[in-house]
Amino acid sequence: MASFLINTLGLPAWLAWTITATVSAALILNVMAVGALVFIWAERKIAARIQDRLGPTRTGGKFGWLQSVADGIKLLAKEDLMPEGADGLLFRIAPYVSFCASFAAFIALPFAFDFVGQRLNVGVFYVVAVLGLEVFGVILAGYASASKWSLFGAMREAAQVVSYEVPLGMCVVVPVMLAGSMDLVTIAEKQAGWFTNWYLFHDPFTFVIFWVYFTCAVASVNRAPFDLAEAESELVAGFHTEYSGLRWSFFFMAEYGSMFLVSALASVLFLGGWNGPVPIASLLGLSEGTGDTAGYLVRLVGCLNLILKSTLGVVVMMWVRWTLPRLRIDQVMTTCLKYCTPIAAVMFAGAMLWSFFLPGGLVGIAGRRILSRPAGEIREGWLKGPGGRGRDVVSSRPITEAAMMPAPLHSDDGRRVSR
Amino acid sequence: MDEPGGISRGSLLEDPRLDDQRIIEFDVRTDEMLVNMGPQHPSTHGVLRLVLRTDGEIVSEVEPHIGYLHRCAEKIGENLTHRQWIPYTDRMDYLAAMNMNLGWALAVEKLMRHRVSERARHLRVLIAELGRISSHLVGMGAYGLDLGTFSPFLYAFREREKILDLFEEACGARLTYSYITVGGLTADLPPGWLLKCEQFLDQFEPVIQEYHALLTTNAIFVKRTAGIGVLPREMAIDYGCSGPVLRGSGVDQDMRRDGESIYTAMYDGYAFEVAVMKNGHYPRDHAYPPVPSDAVLGDCWHRFFVRMLEVVQSMDLVRQAIDRYSACKEPLGEPLKLTEKMPAGDAYLETECPKGQMGFYVVSDGTAIPWRARARSSSFSNLSVLSELCRGCLIADVPAIVGSLDIVMGEIDR
Repeated sequence: MASFLINTLGLPAWLAWTITATVSAALILNVMAVGALVFIWAERKIAARIQDRLGPTRTGGKFGWLQSVADGIKLLAKEDLMPEGADGLLFRIAPYVSFCASFAAFIALPFAFDFVGQRLNVGVFYVVAVLGLEVFGVILAGYASASKWSLFGAMREAAQVVSYEVPLGMCVVVPVMLAGSMDLVTIAEKQAGWFTNWYLFHDPFTFVIFWVYFTCAVASVNRAPFDLAEAESELVAGFHTEYSGLRWSFFFMAEYGSMFLVSALASVLFLGGWNGPVPIASLLGLSEGTGDTAGYLVRLVGCLNLILKSTLGVVVMMWVRWTLPRLRIDQVMTTCLKYCTPIAAVMFAGAMLWSFFLPGGLVGIAGRRILSRPAGEIREGWLKGPGGRGRDVVSSRPITEAAMMPAPLHSDDGRRVSR
Repeated sequence: MDEPGGISRGSLLEDPRLDDQRIIEFDVRTDEMLVNMGPQHPSTHGVLRLVLRTDGEIVSEVEPHIGYLHRCAEKIGENLTHRQWIPYTDRMDYLAAMNMNLGWALAVEKLMRHRVSERARHLRVLIAELGRISSHLVGMGAYGLDLGTFSPFLYAFREREKILDLFEEACGARLTYSYITVGGLTADLPPGWLLKCEQFLDQFEPVIQEYHALLTTNAIFVKRTAGIGVLPREMAIDYGCSGPVLRGSGVDQDMRRDGESIYTAMYDGYAFEVAVMKNGHYPRDHAYPPVPSDAVLGDCWHRFFVRMLEVVQSMDLVRQAIDRYSACKEPLGEPLKLTEKMPAGDAYLETECPKGQMGFYVVSDGTAIPWRARARSSSFSNLSVLSELCRGCLIADVPAIVGSLDIVMGEIDR
């Protein structure tokens, strides 16, 4: 789009890039906001079904699908309260910090082959790092609220999220290692083909590490049974006890946004990203990289694929939330430090050895040739010697260069620009 | 501090006692924080206010403050006749109002030496045991809520709703029944009621296994309750704890078996085993999930489990009562008149309510209006042990312990 603006309309580069960024941001913002609305409604309905009731049935006709909108209007109309003694600036800024962190992480998330806000060759690192910033909003909220319950919530959040970043990072590194890239688009591309190519089924270690990742992801976005920061029966509402109206809803949006994001990240890293279980497109002879209508449709279907997988992850989180009791803070930390971290470390080592000795992956051993090659490529890269190692495991391009320079992804006729 | 109970007499603010050996010592002494839990806190079961002295997540002392639901029920009792006070007993333990009605009615009947008909006796057993089931269902569901799981609460309320429907059909009210009254019951059961009751029991029986799956045997639930808030047998007796709290500590006492004759006569001919652990076993425990290895007798898990067992026990009693009640051909009999005079004197009777031993004391000067009406609350005694149980626990354990005591503030404050 930017190159179109520059080349065809003759706009200056800075303006073209600004317009492009604004449009992308607006699109992602919409995805996130609408996603949050849908998920809030879905959570109501799912919780209701689990609990033997109907949930909203009347708002907006059938299925109460306007319930979230009605909720939003109610929240907008609510009085914006700030407790006496609160730190005004921090209190006001905290929800936006949380929201921005959740939102910013969406930028590097590929919805389909080219459907990505900004393709980064350190996409995994970027998403995990930016998502980790969400905790600042929570800590600020707890600190600034002048409420003891909020403070407890913030302290719990700080302890919990910082601890869970460690196993989460270890889990995330495994697909990176297998794909030989930190670029989320590349990682998903390498899992193209049948579902056996998904890193979930690559070897037993990746299978285990997917579940560790999911556990840690649930913990890092503060969902039950790890929702200690807002534990209702203990801390009233935790860090957002003193929030009301729109500010509160920003925390809510951030939570649902993060839920979707970690699920989408799980899909990209372990479940083939936008690649369906059966490569229908390539069986039909279509390619997702072309610029014609067919290629566009393939990418659209891929996008739906990813959203479906992520939604599945979110639904599982809801299911868990409405079933299990909450853990205690020491048990949460035990789970992290005594179980998740060692398991992740062992699985990381296992996956590393596996991909070195059996690069074909699990199904490759059975003699099926349809399996992915990336692991084999890594091995070849390693066998080339010390010079080849670094090049293949991480992207050959120095990180700083790509991250600083917004390179056009594709020209406007849809062909990919070689990088 | 020198008292054996260790409850501070002065204000917490004035008296920061850190030299208590029972409080866990730390290498780094950090600032303490006084936190108000309640009276508007979601998990203090009404309007209980707890002042917690915390060091980080660790609670060094809990001081309960009560009185937010005081409604002068006892004073009002001195201005109403014995039967007119029945609705006020409803509002004490509003989750087991039938059992409260029964307690007061029996106390007055004891003073008046009045005997109800056989039919009324069996109907009272039936109704009181159904009331116990409904109370324990709330206790169980709300306990799940205290531990952060919402769904079992609604599953429990779904079943309780059916009991309330039955009660509504019998007496017209769903929460404050005033059904059992002095000298009998206000009305007999409507036709077809027993059949519905049996249908409910048949449908309810398998649901209990669901509760066991969701709570009793759930790994997180066990982690949160086993070994938490251990109430030793001696302490339970010292503090006058009763009901499931006492039996959860392994004390074999149940007023339905060990109480005064006017009360135990009600259960004459009924077969039931007191739900208490004896020689490491609960009665008929082969039918229930095993006790988790890290559970200690007297902890939250055992208190919860005793309630679960009592639900089954009460179902059994209801079935027996249905048989006996339908075998009775004599009429139910009318309750006493509103203005029936009581003989001068006094009477005290403790009955086994779902929350514990509820005592009613009535002093009469020969009129129909008691000179003094007094209620001994079981929840009050059970709550008084809280500050002992919460010493050195985590904040998250406080709702777990309060919930396992299953208190109801209407009864404590009266």
